Amino acid sequence: MKSLYSKKIMDRFLNPRNMGKLANPDGIGDTENLRCGDIMRIGIKVEDNVIKEIKFETLGCAPAIASSDMICELAKGKTLEKAKKIKYEDIVDKLGELPPPKIHCTQLAEKALKMAIKDYEKKQ
Amino acid sequence: MDYAATTPVDEKVKEAMLPFFSRSFGNPSSLHSFGRETRKAIEDSREKTADFLNASAEEIIFTGSATEANNMAIRGVVANYKKPHIITSQIEHPAVLRTCQALEKEGIEVTYLKPDQEGIISLRSLKEEIKENTALVTIMTVNNEVGTIQPIKEIAELLKEKDIIFHTDAVQAANHLDLNVKELGIDLLTLSGHKFYGPKGIGILFKRNSLSLKPLTFGGHQERGLRPGTENVPAIVGLGKALEILEKGKEKELRDKLLKKLLEIERVKLNGSLKKRVPNNINVYIPGIEGEALLVMLDEQGLAVSTGSACSSGDLKASHVLKAMGFGDERAHSSIRITLGKYTTEEEIERAGEIIKETVEKLRKTSGYK
Repeated sequence: MKSLYSKKIMDRFLNPRNMGKLANPDGIGDTENLRCGDIMRIGIKVEDNVIKEIKFETLGCAPAIASSDMICELAKGKTLEKAKKIKYEDIVDKLGELPPPKIHCTQLAEKALKMAIKDYEKKQ
Repeated sequence: MDYAATTPVDEKVKEAMLPFFSRSFGNPSSLHSFGRETRKAIEDSREKTADFLNASAEEIIFTGSATEANNMAIRGVVANYKKPHIITSQIEHPAVLRTCQALEKEGIEVTYLKPDQEGIISLRSLKEEIKENTALVTIMTVNNEVGTIQPIKEIAELLKEKDIIFHTDAVQAANHLDLNVKELGIDLLTLSGHKFYGPKGIGILFKRNSLSLKPLTFGGHQERGLRPGTENVPAIVGLGKALEILEKGKEKELRDKLLKKLLEIERVKLNGSLKKRVPNNINVYIPGIEGEALLVMLDEQGLAVSTGSACSSGDLKASHVLKAMGFGDERAHSSIRITLGKYTTEEEIERAGEIIKETVEKLRKTSGYK
């Protein structure tokens, strides 16, 4: 029997590459959607306007964890300008075969990244 | 370990059903010998079902599911009244809850009783809500998520005094409790074949003889006109066999063993009363994990559990049962149900305990829970 979600989602869910907490993050984005039970936190370290390090901690379902991991992957090494332009659709593209009710997980990840960048910029 | 969702068909049940697919296939309504043969099989099964409930055979109506039986009971009673009031509970199965909600839209008054934090409906709260025009009370015998046993005998006694009809959805009770409808004083009771090692696609409505229901569907004379349509003979035969060989669940010892192990995980709490609970049910709150994530990760390791919320089926709302018990979204989203059955082994319990513990640790790391 196949898994409940696509291979890509399951891989990111079972073996997230970017999970964890940064020691001294330059920016933090905290978001939550209590209706579906998701809480997401993304931390970034920025050098010369480029996201050098990015990590997430997520309390949520498999697609929420996979989306968090994927947005970290997409934002890593990008300039803040480029990272700001990452849309939830980009995560959906990368994960593939996301059930429609789970699209909001990717939107939550987009929001968390934007908030982390905003938090960094506010501190400058 | 999701036996409350469904159970496998017992081999003996399967054997009893097999002749009725191709060999004895007559239409039970036919007068020739082929028809009379399957008619007899249906009536034998009706007798067995009646014996199980201490009812008489003519009080048993076979339906296509427990959902259909619940609809038949509730709508069938309500249709006999001009301005009826219904009392039910907030923790009913959707088959009852949504039927009542649909009736509300049709202008019928419904009161939804709130359980206490232990997941039990109190007799006092029921008493307070009874009105002049209360026609029907429908309260489940055992809750499907937290396994709590409702005081249906006491409810039936109270309602008898007041001449109010009592229906109970007993789908989760057949394996564990005595369902003697005479002794309990119940007017209408619903069961489902696939919850006690019988086939899917078959339900039962017990209807006290003197009670009349308005039919919901129209057609032939089958099931006294309440459920017209050619009978599902193999399923009816299987259901009768399943009830005939049904033994009271022996899951308590294994359940308690697993529960003890789960409660050893930091900050894990049991949802619902332990005392007034069927012996095969565990429903625990595990802070720092989301129920569906745990379900999917356990599924990958071959362990089937359940969450109250059907998140992936498009409904993002948390368990209505846990919320009615007074718990917030967070607790409702971080809870899982584990239900044991007659084929659950000691070894499976040991393994399940280990797997759940490790998986919770992993997910708590992902969520940064400390």
